[in-house]
Amino acid sequence: MEKPLTQHMRGDGAPLSLKEYERAGGYQALRKALKEMEPKAVTALVKESNLRGRGGAGFLTGMKWSFVPMNAPKPKYLICNADEMEPGTFKDRILLEQTPHQLIEGMILSAYAIQADQSYVFLRWAYKLAAKVITQAIEEAYAAGYLGKNILGSGFDLDMHLHTGVGRYMCGEETALLNSLEGKRATPRAKPPFPQISGLFGKPTIVNNVETLCCIPHIVNRGADWFKNLSPGADAGTKIYGVSGKVKKPGAWELPMTVTMRELIEDYGGGMQDGLKFRGALPGGASTDFLVEEHLDIRMDYTGVSAAGSRLGTGTMIILDDHTSVVGFVRNLEHFFAQESCGFCTPCREGLPWIEKVLRTIEIGEGKPEDIKTLEFHTKYLGPGNTFCALAPGAMEPLQSALKYFRKDFEELIRHKISA
Amino acid sequence: MATLYIDNKPYDPGTGKNLLEACLSLGLDVPYFCWHPSLGSVGACRQCAVKVYKDADDKKGRIIMSCMEPVTDNQRISINDVEAKEFREHVVEWLMTNHPHDCAVCDEGGSCHLQDMTVMTGHNYRHYTYKKRTYQNQYLGPFINHEMNRCIQCYRCVRFYKDYAGGKDLDAFASRNQVYFGRHEPGTLESEFSGNLAEVCPTGVFTDKTLKEHYTRKWDLTTAPSICQHCSLGCNTIAGERYGELRSITNRYHGKVNGYFLCDRGRFGYGFVNAEGRIRKPRVNEVETDKQQAIDAVRQAIVGQRVIGIGSPRASLQANFVLKALVGEDHFYHGVSDNTHNLGELVIKILKEGPVRTPSMKEVESADAVLVLGEDLTNTAPMLALSVRQSVRQQPLKHAAASNIAPWNDAAAREFIQEEKGPLYIATVHTTKLDDVATRTYRAAPDEIARLGFAVAHFINPAAPGVNNLSEAEVELAQHIAQKLLEAKQPVVISGTSCESEHIVRAAANVAWALHEKNKQTGIVLTLPESNSMGLALMGGHRLHSALDAILNQHADTVIIMENDLYRHGPASMVDEFLKTCRKVIVLDHTQTPTTDKARIVIPSGTFAESDGVLVNNEGRAQRFFQVYESTDVIQESWRWLLTIGAAIDHPRLTKWKNFEDITKALAQEEPLLKGVDHITPPASFRMAGGQRIPRESHRYSGRTSMNAAINVSEPKPPEDPDSSLSYTMEGYRGLAPSQMIPFFWSPGWNSIQSVNKYQDEVGHSLRDGDPGVRLLEPRGTKATYFIGIPEQFVPRKGHLMAVHLHHIYGSEELSAWSPAVATRIPQPYVLLNPVDAEERNLKADDTFNFDIEDQAYAMPVKISPDMPQGVAGLPYGLAGLPYVECPSWCILKTNMSWKKEVYTP
Amino acid sequence: MLTVEEKIEIDKAIHEVPVKKAACIEALKVVQQKRRWVSDESIKDIAAYMDMSPEELDSVATFYNLIFRRPVGRHIILICDSISCYVMGQEKLTDLITKQLGIRYGQTTLDGRYTFLPNPCLGTCDHAPALMIDNDLYRDVTAEQLEEILGKYA
Ligand SMILES: Cc1cc2nc3c(=O)[nH]c(=O)nc-3n(C[C@H](O)[C@H](O)[C@H](O)COP(=O)(O)O)c2cc1C
Ligand code: SF4
Ligand code: FES
Repeated sequence: MEKPLTQHMRGDGAPLSLKEYERAGGYQALRKALKEMEPKAVTALVKESNLRGRGGAGFLTGMKWSFVPMNAPKPKYLICNADEMEPGTFKDRILLEQTPHQLIEGMILSAYAIQADQSYVFLRWAYKLAAKVITQAIEEAYAAGYLGKNILGSGFDLDMHLHTGVGRYMCGEETALLNSLEGKRATPRAKPPFPQISGLFGKPTIVNNVETLCCIPHIVNRGADWFKNLSPGADAGTKIYGVSGKVKKPGAWELPMTVTMRELIEDYGGGMQDGLKFRGALPGGASTDFLVEEHLDIRMDYTGVSAAGSRLGTGTMIILDDHTSVVGFVRNLEHFFAQESCGFCTPCREGLPWIEKVLRTIEIGEGKPEDIKTLEFHTKYLGPGNTFCALAPGAMEPLQSALKYFRKDFEELIRHKISA
Repeated sequence: MATLYIDNKPYDPGTGKNLLEACLSLGLDVPYFCWHPSLGSVGACRQCAVKVYKDADDKKGRIIMSCMEPVTDNQRISINDVEAKEFREHVVEWLMTNHPHDCAVCDEGGSCHLQDMTVMTGHNYRHYTYKKRTYQNQYLGPFINHEMNRCIQCYRCVRFYKDYAGGKDLDAFASRNQVYFGRHEPGTLESEFSGNLAEVCPTGVFTDKTLKEHYTRKWDLTTAPSICQHCSLGCNTIAGERYGELRSITNRYHGKVNGYFLCDRGRFGYGFVNAEGRIRKPRVNEVETDKQQAIDAVRQAIVGQRVIGIGSPRASLQANFVLKALVGEDHFYHGVSDNTHNLGELVIKILKEGPVRTPSMKEVESADAVLVLGEDLTNTAPMLALSVRQSVRQQPLKHAAASNIAPWNDAAAREFIQEEKGPLYIATVHTTKLDDVATRTYRAAPDEIARLGFAVAHFINPAAPGVNNLSEAEVELAQHIAQKLLEAKQPVVISGTSCESEHIVRAAANVAWALHEKNKQTGIVLTLPESNSMGLALMGGHRLHSALDAILNQHADTVIIMENDLYRHGPASMVDEFLKTCRKVIVLDHTQTPTTDKARIVIPSGTFAESDGVLVNNEGRAQRFFQVYESTDVIQESWRWLLTIGAAIDHPRLTKWKNFEDITKALAQEEPLLKGVDHITPPASFRMAGGQRIPRESHRYSGRTSMNAAINVSEPKPPEDPDSSLSYTMEGYRGLAPSQMIPFFWSPGWNSIQSVNKYQDEVGHSLRDGDPGVRLLEPRGTKATYFIGIPEQFVPRKGHLMAVHLHHIYGSEELSAWSPAVATRIPQPYVLLNPVDAEERNLKADDTFNFDIEDQAYAMPVKISPDMPQGVAGLPYGLAGLPYVECPSWCILKTNMSWKKEVYTP
Repeated sequence: MLTVEEKIEIDKAIHEVPVKKAACIEALKVVQQKRRWVSDESIKDIAAYMDMSPEELDSVATFYNLIFRRPVGRHIILICDSISCYVMGQEKLTDLITKQLGIRYGQTTLDGRYTFLPNPCLGTCDHAPALMIDNDLYRDVTAEQLEEILGKYA
């Protein structure tokens, strides 16, 4: 089983140094691309590889790049979204802390493809170690001539900067991220225009997730077919999956996209803790729909999870066990979303706190039958398109699916006026 | 022609709009909050949701925000779709979860967009049972009240204040459901346009604090269409009265002049109408009398006497015209300084005889390059500054459009544009508040500003005379400006009279004319000192100086001074002597001034609120204001007093005129430059369908039958209006009034000012039957005859400083200064010097500086600014207690001379 | 008044971006790092330095939860209150901290030693519950360890 993203990790959690990375074949892809490939060819290759964005939305990466106007004047920007703040998600952290040069190489290649001359890593504040590691790696890359002017004598220039945030989940939303990088409030921007046309400082910009970018060197090195074949199913490449919650061995693993939910929980996560039963899971972070027992054997790829009524999201699964209150679980999630709402659009700003209050009331045994209706109209009307960005629709996914699969839990608390 | 299907009916949506604008323009009701026709769309409130369908077969559709989607051909949408309606209802429900429901005590109640939208969406019952969020309010100064709990977070306030008007001290704070709009700390809002917050805010967060002092609901106001009295731009206003007191000024939309906004001087300057200094009774020899005695006194003072009349740039055409008729053409004088008189004539000559047209403010907004010569617009013509601020977005917006970003897509356009600005050049004596958007600025003495202008004209077109002895830097700047103006499609040159320099105005004309030869779309805007400066200048009449001569040389016995404080137009010593020498001084005015103090007979004129009249703005647009209410006492229009006097002396001409219309007709016939002013509004005999008048009161006027019940239950007969087809009651026509005479904006379901969209052709465009007013000045010339006579370089003189005026939005204008709210914002008199000049004279900031201009002594505290040109001293214009100075003029420096400041307070 | 040191660091950040204002968050971070929190005075000073109005800067400052606009203690305890940590017993830890230190979320101990704040997901969900004190991350935190951990911060 190939694990291109993680196979060279040292195992002690320390970062691969530039030397170590180069010894493992690092920066070969960059040399190859700069020497042999037109920027357009890189984009075409990535398109062909079928790589889908690992930041949650799963958009085809090569396609996204192809919307950047190639003849636009400089500056153009490439941004790595390392804001990882989706609850339950801890996959980018591993890549950031342990293989910084893999990310940097991926970023240089991506920047080359779209002919960006400026790049930023937007890192969340809490990742202190990653900040140190990335800072050092960027310095090393400059020193080695992988960054800066005339990279490896190719005539291609690229600068890279690290920006660490000051909180707020919204910063992970790609357009809010741009506002934040511009020193503004991290409220999202209207789309269209998409960042590819008018992004950072109004210039063409690509935002990609850490994991997405880390795939690029391997695709350039080994080709689109190799990448596709990593997972024999519908989706290409490997994915870093994670499991958290009350399993015996929570953790994260790079696996082909053919892995099933059951395998993840049982084979990798060690199964449920003793005495606890699996009730459900959010397959890809806080803003995905619950999957339940009947879905345990679905494939954890984009297609498989969608077919089951949820989203692969970030691929990091949170387990709900039978000793944890469903209402409390969902209330915790909605509290998070209500707190993290940027306050720009009405349904999200006013609706989420309302939901949180309703859930809290039910949780403490003071719920009323009509509370379910209140929750339901929110799940209906905080959907995609109704709110300004995807935060509120994401917030509705666990709620709507909880009402679908665990409605009884809500109703019992209300009927019997007990607390969770 | 594109077709838009709305609920399966085909419509022609026009071009370039978003769906919300299209629906509103078609007269359909779609609720909204954050969208504003001038501010564009940002998609925050989610109130304007509609369904859109892929094609005729798509029955499911999806919800979109109509403000965020461009209209496309054959698009199918539904406003009435059940889900869309339900969603819109929920949006109001969400907004209401935290809204205090304090309508009964809220100033916005009854004219509240949030109320209207709540009713429109059908949200009636509350389901939210939790605690509401509460905020602390801030003190925001004398104009605006703050009540944050009512906020629905539509972001309109900051978008107007910051993005549109360039204000710096209002913003959005915090996040999630705690977003707060206000200042960093309590304090007076600095923007000159803060009053618009009261109209832009869809609920009662920002409200008019001056209205609060004598609060009246919109439906309890008697209102009339009016014209702002506080600068030469002539913004359209709605003036509202109750119990004989003027209570508020709000915007009256005009598609070409002021659009949706007003400046704070215009909005809050009305207090002079109610001020204690109002003259309410006639006075003869300082004793109050009744009307008859006053008329008798006047008759005695003029029968058999040699009478001259002095008109006024702040009085209506009608008033000036009747005065002129009363005293005879040869004895009518313009009550402005000779310099101002000359400038007025020069402006008219340029606009009429030159080849270049003067654009409206709306057109200035869409100019793609602007040169300002000499004017600190924010302080002399504030709303024009707001237009210029929009103009710098024109070129960048075109670039955005090339990337498929529509101008109405406001946030997206701003993000694309970032700091890019179109060309704007400002040459003034000192800094201006528009400098932050200027491409380059130039600061110098007036003559130098004129020289720069002449040089620009020459570089544009060598046929215009060149300028000698320019420095290298000046040549570079002038060439750069010339270049950028030449590259523009619709360049505009702006200047005016506030520097009191004919050179500057001529230079501006040369630039415009030079450009015109290369680009027919060039415009020139020239601002004037007062609300009817243009009207007065268009009317025959002599220079003030010759009036003084007539009296001083004993060619006249009696002077009638109308609505004019001569101390604002001539040196105190001269006016003193004039008033002393004159045997009989009759003054008609509404407000006590140093001039009325010296009058033998004082006649109480109406202010604009108690009067009908026509003013001509700087664009040459003649516009009518209507009487808002009849004064309860003897106060009446100056022209009506003059007619009464005419009748008393059996004046052959005046006795022929009975009312406003008679005067206006005669005026239009006799004054060649004022032809057409009798067609501004329909005649007084005009009636709407069913023979109805247009009511000044909304039909919900709650208190008319009971408002005087404490005094008398029998309802008095309402006054008749002989001068217009407006009525003083709520009875009358209920539909839309003709655009020239809209007393208030109201439409079923639309109680707030946002109902204005029902009165427009298309949202944000002209009013339905055309924007009001008649433009009197269209250029006749085809070829430029360039001005020659370029001033010499400005060279500081030893022991002297060149005094120039600096204008203040609050204080420099006479009438608004009498309004209590505005009065609190007036600066203390000062003299502004360059640090080098100050140091040479051993002056530090706040030291008293003694100097002398034409024998008038001054002593004022010094302010120091490095942006002040060397050799020039800035004096605030027109502040109370500051004697008249004709500027620019040399002031001579004195030492240890003291001058006692006399602040005039009636 | 900004110190020379602060100005040097802010200048460095300004150098990294094409528009001066874009460095304003960095500027806030610099000042917070030196002074632990950003006072109204500091907002004015930084704003002036960045050619912004205090409003414009404070609008940004108050948006982000990790810019502290009120005084904080010497040490900041950020407990992850997101889902995985919740499942793994974070609420109990929170109660324990409140009991031990006598402060709830948003409060600072009277001796100014700790400020206690909730924080969304710390990105270490496989080692929940987690908390961060100053720059140190603690994972798989148990009730028993709490006292020892807190004790490290004087
Ligand atoms: C509220 C919200 C938060 C998000 N947070 C992140 C994040 O932390 N990291 C990330 O990579 N993408 C995040 N996304 C998704 C990004 O908007 C964007 O789709 C992604 O960075 C694109 O990268 P990709 O195409 O490589 O997946 C978030 C989206 C939303 C709506
Ligand atoms: S955001 Fe809102 S008003 Fe506001 S108009 Fe649009 S969506 Fe509509
Ligand atoms: S949920 Fe706490 S670290 Fe992820």
